[in-house]
Amino acid sequence: MDAPASELLARPLASRRSLRDRIGDLSLYGLSAAASIAALVLIGLLIYKVFEGAWPSIDHFGISFVWEKVWNENGHPEVYGALALIYGTAITSGVALLVAAPASIAIGLYLSELAPSGVRGTVGALIEMLAAIPSVIIGLWGILVLGPFVQNTLEPFLGSFLGWLPFFQGAHHTGGLLPAMIVLTIMIIPISSAVCRELFLTVPVDLKEGAYGLGLTRWEMVRGVVLPYTRGGVVAAILLGLGRALGEAIAVTQVIGNQNVIHVSWFNLGNTLASNIANKFQGASYYHFEPSALFYCAAILLVFTLIVNVSAQVIVKRFELKQGR
Amino acid sequence: MSANAQPGQLLATGRVRRRKRVNRGVEFVATLVSFGAVALLALMVGSVVVKALPALDWNLFTRNQATFGEAGGGIQNALVGSAILVAVAAAMALPVGVLIAIYVTEFASPRIAVVVRTALDILNGVPSIVIGIFVYGLLVLRFKQSALIGSFALAIIMLPLISRSAQEVLKLVPNSLREASHALGVSKWRTVLQVVLPTTLGGIATGATLGIARAAGETAPIIFTTTLFTNTTTVDPRHPMNSIPFMIFFNSESPDPHLHQQAWAGAFLLIVFVLTTSLTARYLLHRGARKLQQR
Repeated sequence: MDAPASELLARPLASRRSLRDRIGDLSLYGLSAAASIAALVLIGLLIYKVFEGAWPSIDHFGISFVWEKVWNENGHPEVYGALALIYGTAITSGVALLVAAPASIAIGLYLSELAPSGVRGTVGALIEMLAAIPSVIIGLWGILVLGPFVQNTLEPFLGSFLGWLPFFQGAHHTGGLLPAMIVLTIMIIPISSAVCRELFLTVPVDLKEGAYGLGLTRWEMVRGVVLPYTRGGVVAAILLGLGRALGEAIAVTQVIGNQNVIHVSWFNLGNTLASNIANKFQGASYYHFEPSALFYCAAILLVFTLIVNVSAQVIVKRFELKQGR
Repeated sequence: MSANAQPGQLLATGRVRRRKRVNRGVEFVATLVSFGAVALLALMVGSVVVKALPALDWNLFTRNQATFGEAGGGIQNALVGSAILVAVAAAMALPVGVLIAIYVTEFASPRIAVVVRTALDILNGVPSIVIGIFVYGLLVLRFKQSALIGSFALAIIMLPLISRSAQEVLKLVPNSLREASHALGVSKWRTVLQVVLPTTLGGIATGATLGIARAAGETAPIIFTTTLFTNTTTVDPRHPMNSIPFMIFFNSESPDPHLHQQAWAGAFLLIVFVLTTSLTARYLLHRGARKLQQR
């Protein structure tokens, strides 16, 4: 009985809908669907175009591009390899992450557990502002303020204390791996700490109060309840910071010295995949293979950052599922 | 026994004292790190302000950049270029971003919604230098450099930010509003455009402002797309234009102290712009959230 009745009702209603509404519904649906499809197409196109641009080099140098050390556009024949760049990317982002990860967790804890309510909002907002500072300004500061400080104060200091380590030996420079690491640390911290704070605020109050009720100190409560509860999310927060560090081109190219050579010493110059593109692309068209070699760098970078970002998202999804949200 | 218990015995001893000391140590370190980060911000903004002050005068706004080797000059062409680049980028990204958000929250099935959202997250994670080189390969190789192409690259940066925040606020709109509208016989498109969307304007404005703040400071997407400019002020987006971030980047690599000072002045203006827009966005967000909670 029900089904035919509703059918009878639905039809006249549908036909009574004015033409204007039918056109309106259809066009809003069509426009919004088209916009969404355009976004999907854009991503496909992005991946396709980057690999298409890289193709002459992929075809000519093959996969050995990844472990070839030399980058020499003036050679006969031209030789391009990304190993020094991959090394530079890994070492600068890796060290920056080692410093930024504990710092971000500490800031997240301070903002969620420790800070008095009056300070909390202000400090949180200020740290978020650090994330809003354009990378080119961090780079400008990195060249003209941080660079001389690193050369004249920090590197002699590190050299005298830790000079027995191979990382802290050799001549001092205004640019190089060390300032790049510092710049990247500054860029990771606000991103990761903001996510950490949000995560720590999701820990249920009854769990925390239960821990306090057992007589735990605040740190023991954090170690026993907050950190285990948010473990996955914290990893994702740090991965998001890593994604930012891997792809940062401008600030790094301003401070790293742009030398495609592997130096063990952090005082020395280096280069990363992203900063190499920013630095070399303008003049690349004079050479036969350099434009495509730079596209090849972009392709490698794209693959790295996709892996990092997608795994961060998978972890976040799992975390949200576990929480039943 | 209990009568003998002195209040003093409740004081921490031995292990407990050590636990408290560890706790205080950790609390101290966390506080120190947080204020260290704030100090870093102060240091950076402070050096920009100190170095920029001597360079701030009217010539900065009224003159174009000096040609190579010539003294003096302002950054008018870069200021105008930045304004146009970002405005055109916002005009491209805002409608598309909001339409995507409408599709995801109002029309799409959950599975398709997840696909579109994931795609936007992936786009958000693509390094801006890769977006720059992509737009170079897609458009510059064919049409030569222009401000329009630079704006297109900036729009790709803005799109996920704008769309994501629009989705967040659209999801907050109570379903009872949509149902009430349907019950009155209002068609879907008018429900969306006249009932749902107006309640979210604050949130969408927040996303747009954040996107503008981000795009105004981006250098990597525009260094291959709109840098073959002349030192004159132009408002025609079919020509390449200078911009504040590129000016800072270019000047910072030069050894000329006058150009450095110009870079600091540009950095000062950019920081003021970015921080005020971010603060505005925060204000809009709080107001919007309060409004939605009142419903």
